[in-house]
Amino acid sequence: MRWIRRNLVVIAGLLTLAYMILPNLVVMAFSFNKPKGRFNYSWQEFSLDAWKDPCGVADMCESLSLSLQLAAWATVGAVVLGTMIAFALVRYRFRARGAINSLIFLPMAMPEVVMAASLLTLFLNMGIELGFWTVLIAHIMFCLSFVVTAVKARVMSMDPRLEEAARDLYAGPTQTFLRVTLPIAAPGIAAGALLAFALSFDDFIITNFNAGSTVTFPMFVWGSAQRGTPVQINVIGTAMFVLAVLVVVAGQIITNRRKKTATA
Amino acid sequence: MSTSTLTKEDAPQPVEEPVLRKPSTRKRLVPYWLLLPGIIWLVVFFALPLVYQASTSVQTGSLEQGFEVTWHFQTYWDAFQEYWPQLIRSLLYAGTATLLCLLLGYPLAYLIAFKAGRWRNLLLVLVIAPFFTSFLIRTLAWKTILADDSVVVEALNALHFLDVTGWLGWTEGDRVLATPMAVVCGLTYNFLPFMILPLYTSLERIDGRLHEAAQDLYASPATTFRKVTFPLSMPGVVSGTLLTFIPASGDYVNAELLGSTDTKMIGNVIQSQFLRVLDYPTASALSFILMAIVLIMVTVYIRRAGTEDLV
Repeated sequence: MRWIRRNLVVIAGLLTLAYMILPNLVVMAFSFNKPKGRFNYSWQEFSLDAWKDPCGVADMCESLSLSLQLAAWATVGAVVLGTMIAFALVRYRFRARGAINSLIFLPMAMPEVVMAASLLTLFLNMGIELGFWTVLIAHIMFCLSFVVTAVKARVMSMDPRLEEAARDLYAGPTQTFLRVTLPIAAPGIAAGALLAFALSFDDFIITNFNAGSTVTFPMFVWGSAQRGTPVQINVIGTAMFVLAVLVVVAGQIITNRRKKTATA
Repeated sequence: MSTSTLTKEDAPQPVEEPVLRKPSTRKRLVPYWLLLPGIIWLVVFFALPLVYQASTSVQTGSLEQGFEVTWHFQTYWDAFQEYWPQLIRSLLYAGTATLLCLLLGYPLAYLIAFKAGRWRNLLLVLVIAPFFTSFLIRTLAWKTILADDSVVVEALNALHFLDVTGWLGWTEGDRVLATPMAVVCGLTYNFLPFMILPLYTSLERIDGRLHEAAQDLYASPATTFRKVTFPLSMPGVVSGTLLTFIPASGDYVNAELLGSTDTKMIGNVIQSQFLRVLDYPTASALSFILMAIVLIMVTVYIRRAGTEDLV
């Protein structure tokens, strides 16, 4: 009992972690299931069928590739616009700074369904046809604030004297930006980009309102919850999970190596 | 261009002091040029839509005959009267989920910040990694975990836990799926990372020597937590609870996938009014009511919690 009391935080923390990981393990296990009927919610028997034929379901891989393209473009758009805003906010003093800060904070502080619905009223009133472009516009809009926040955090901790030093050494503005400013800001921009990609790829609520008949991967999954869930959905889910863990672990190893060579 | 101006500009100019002190107009405009594209995007696709939605909410008409602005504010009152149970339920579910996220998330954030040692990075990866499996797929997995014949539900039944929650009205009979408890469980699960990460960031910033100092002054671990750690983690608590409560209050995915018709939240109503019933004025009014309630609650909360600098 004393051991439990002493390690209460560790036990509680690990239980929470188990709660967070459990659904992923279920998704993984059920990617090897051979369900009876349309739904893959109860265990029947072990099978590798879905892994052998991941795109065997009509329209699923099309929706997946659409989501990947969408996330890529949304990331590019949000990163370019967001990085510019972040630099302006940190590096310059000007009027309307407070108002602009609020304008950037508000999209993060609003229930998604409200944003989704209001954007739909705009498109309906303007008579704009819903589809790929309206979804892309929406995704750039809600990713923007997150990119600004991520880049801002990094730029704020940057020493402006490094750029002054570059200018003292006769680097032009473009050279200073490309060879000094950008490399230092890169981790913040990368974090913002990763966040934007993940948010866009996984977004359902805003997409659901503004997609028209376009079907992204989350929308395919949503539809399949009504029509029948193919095992391939679990295969994609598992692959995404494993891939993400590998990327993060690889990133860790690279930064650790760099640290070691830097100190050596 | 005449040659005389060319030579003038090409000639090396002495550094003029006034130029340095007062930047040229071109330089002063730099921040505005940097801001312009992004801000235009937010104004046109975030702020302007809210104006359109406001105008839609006071329109009358039908899809066939078209809608017209008639300043029909009655819609707000009618929508509120019809859907206040879903509204209250949303705030209740979101509030419960936020509280559960705080109770579950705090120990994990604390563990990663202070006790993990060399496991810290691995634990952080494990917190973020579930994100990468689409949240809809993970929410569907809860259908399996909470199914009537699942190990979890049978264990809860064996422990008579469901008798207690049934008495409280959270579950019905010996099942969990399609009850309020399933919806709150899904909401808690979905928004946990949004609680843990800000908590972790603010806990990690705390100087470990403060804990030692508290111990030197004979504070028990509980007192140290109550008087030192928790107050210093308040920024994380505030932003974590906001990042959990706000999206949870408007969510309709968990209620749709894990709940029943008796557990519909306001998000479900807005979604079906907009996309199925096509009653745009009512849907717009409802989403404005939700936004107003959330904004008021958030403002009051931030004032009381006393942290203004969130971003």
